[in-house]
Amino acid sequence: MQAVVEPDAHHAHGEELGFWRKYVFSVDHKVIGKQYMSLALFMALVGGLTAYLIRWQLAYPETPVPGFHWVPEPTMYEGVVPPEFYNALITMHGTVMIFFVAMPFLLGAFGNFLIPLMVGAPDMAFPRLNMMSFWTIFTASMLLLASFFVPGGAAAAGWTGYAPLSADPVFTGVNWGLNLWLLALALEFGSFLMGGVNFLTTGINMRAPGLTLTRLPLMVWMQLTAAVLFMLSIGPLIAGAVMLLFDRTIGTGFFLPERGGDALLWQHLFWFFGHPEVYVVLLPGFGMLLEIFPVFTRKPIFGYRAIIYSTIATGILSFLVWAHHMFVSGIDPRLAMPFSITTILISVPFAIMVFSMVASLWGGAITFATPMLFALGFLATFLIGGVTGIFLGSATVDIYLHGTYFVVAHFHYTLFPSVFLGGFAGMYFWYPKMFGRMLNDTLGKIHFWITVISFNCVFIPLFLCGVAGNMRRVYNPMQYDFLKHLAPLHQFATLATIVLMLGQIPFFVNFFWSMVAGERAPDNPWKANTLEWATTSPPPHGNFAQVPTVYRDPYEYSAPGAGEDWLPQYAPQPSA
Amino acid sequence: MLRWFPENISTFGGDIDGVFSLIYYVVGFWFLLTEGVLFYFIFRYRRRSGHAPTYVRGDRWTELVWVLVPAVIVLALDLGIDAVGGPVWARVKEHQPPGGVEVHVTGKQFNWEFTYPGPDGKFDTADDVTMDNELHVPVGQNVHLVLRSRDVIHSFFIPTVRLKQDVLPGRTIKAWFNATKPGQYEIACAELCGFGHYNMRAFLTVHDVDDYQRWVHEKWPAAAAAPTGDKG
Repeated sequence: MQAVVEPDAHHAHGEELGFWRKYVFSVDHKVIGKQYMSLALFMALVGGLTAYLIRWQLAYPETPVPGFHWVPEPTMYEGVVPPEFYNALITMHGTVMIFFVAMPFLLGAFGNFLIPLMVGAPDMAFPRLNMMSFWTIFTASMLLLASFFVPGGAAAAGWTGYAPLSADPVFTGVNWGLNLWLLALALEFGSFLMGGVNFLTTGINMRAPGLTLTRLPLMVWMQLTAAVLFMLSIGPLIAGAVMLLFDRTIGTGFFLPERGGDALLWQHLFWFFGHPEVYVVLLPGFGMLLEIFPVFTRKPIFGYRAIIYSTIATGILSFLVWAHHMFVSGIDPRLAMPFSITTILISVPFAIMVFSMVASLWGGAITFATPMLFALGFLATFLIGGVTGIFLGSATVDIYLHGTYFVVAHFHYTLFPSVFLGGFAGMYFWYPKMFGRMLNDTLGKIHFWITVISFNCVFIPLFLCGVAGNMRRVYNPMQYDFLKHLAPLHQFATLATIVLMLGQIPFFVNFFWSMVAGERAPDNPWKANTLEWATTSPPPHGNFAQVPTVYRDPYEYSAPGAGEDWLPQYAPQPSA
Repeated sequence: MLRWFPENISTFGGDIDGVFSLIYYVVGFWFLLTEGVLFYFIFRYRRRSGHAPTYVRGDRWTELVWVLVPAVIVLALDLGIDAVGGPVWARVKEHQPPGGVEVHVTGKQFNWEFTYPGPDGKFDTADDVTMDNELHVPVGQNVHLVLRSRDVIHSFFIPTVRLKQDVLPGRTIKAWFNATKPGQYEIACAELCGFGHYNMRAFLTVHDVDDYQRWVHEKWPAAAAAPTGDKG
């Protein structure tokens, strides 16, 4: 397929743009990608602080949180987190991390930056829509942060916002906080709908000559599949969010039984979206790993097509499993086994993907640069998230484990590796292309080891808490006699959380210091094959001096008879 | 991992724990195998001078079997897990065994309310006995719970019984258990229900048969003797 794209009128004279059009209201996908990245990293700090407050309360209940004496009443009492604020914290932690960190980081930042570069396009198909999608999520973020400061505090019905708890302010005592939460979510969904339109149009219509779908880098496949999953699943939840807002503000009763509504409807709408959303966040993380493995093993990815087919199969199956979040919710118990089986079927395409990743290492020549360390760490830790899903996919075991810390530990073991280990792998890998400078490798390795070790120290103990029956979202588990012996586990997890957070300091130092003083990056520092490395670091406005032509598959490393151990997609013939 | 389970005191709890153990060993084996292969590859195929990488694309069936065969084994084991778990699920959640005592449970912010039929043996009559946060049952008998909620969703959770069931406003949901050991055990709410959620705690007291009769005599006539009480 060949698409002739006329660059936006001001691409031609981008140098003349003023500060505001160049850095703030920019239509350049690379600038917008960096804006998403800045937003995601900032929101990750907010999400991290909520995690710190939550963990402190769990380890040392009702004692002052170090460093938080300044927070005024009634939010906190001389540094002590009260139950109302605790519920707001867990709600905001989940909302911030999923919708305002994971998605803007993996899709917003990397999708925006990489899709046009990897398909050889000068920009996104709709640059102005792209700008609008960023400023929409920016507005949503501000509304969400503002909700901390309204009377009654932030939303406190859990990030899943189960009705009727969320449907009437009398149940939580939170009025505008939850309304703002709903508004912020609806705007965020709208933002990623616009983003999805751009991703798909660009990825399908603007590929460089010769770049067939089966020569497309897997990162692009993952981003496009994620966009399709998001766009197909979000509709019901946007409707649900509006219905919930109506229940709260103008007296409808969609989710309130005493007004003729149904208490379970929200859960169906939420999880019909919620499960595909897991893969929306996971697939781009896999994409990072799949781009990085071939470069640092110097051999092709194993089973390129099998991975694509498995991705599509996973995507389709993800629409048929939502009730596994609802085994004990009061649905007809005869529904449990069919949903248990669809859930378990997902492990087949998943196993194919994971085994292909492991097989991709076989016979390689692995170098342990920071991006590769993070990618390997992602795979090794993600496996724990994958296998613990089997426990929860069994309806029988879920009777006991549902709503316990086992669930919390499980989904953190899937999401954290994807968002942070995958995300950091991508960051260390593409930073040279983004900023024209290399990140410091030693600081990167320090960052890796602290992050991966402390992460495991946080969540392994929480599996044990879950097996012991510890319910999640409980302000003070030590109220229960049968949970009192878990105090040391909670304290260990909390100390590990603090180490995990301090462990991010080397990254932030590296990130900002390297931007001004890092070693200058060559166009292709890793000797990688895909199109983004064909242009300068960083690429100019319009990306490519001339539209590249694609001659071959994306991962032709160490091909027989090629001479060198790499063969770029854009090189006409094997280089001598 | 398995030793962290609380004591089990119900007839079906052992089966649920059994399915957990089965998954634990099956999944544990595959997990260790996969991690083992992963770390072996990382070590074995580190870059060394004189070792060129092998060009394998994994796009031929002869290569793909290395991935597909384990995936099919995973599928077979998964279906096996559901085949073992299915009957246990059906026993706990789909069928109510006959006989035993019936208790109505109502969740409300932030208490569990337990209602007994009283001396007349019928619910919704004036001699019903209602108490907050105390569930008393005889050992070795089926206990039928009729679960309702007055406000938001709660989740009725007795860890030692391995019973968890969400409680919905506007619906009536049934559950059952059969306790095997006398004693006092904790009941919790396992679904976020508001600021008092963490303290929505109740107690299950399992009496031996004589002791249960003594408790009934002690608590139920008092309610029957009330002015509006109707003797059945």
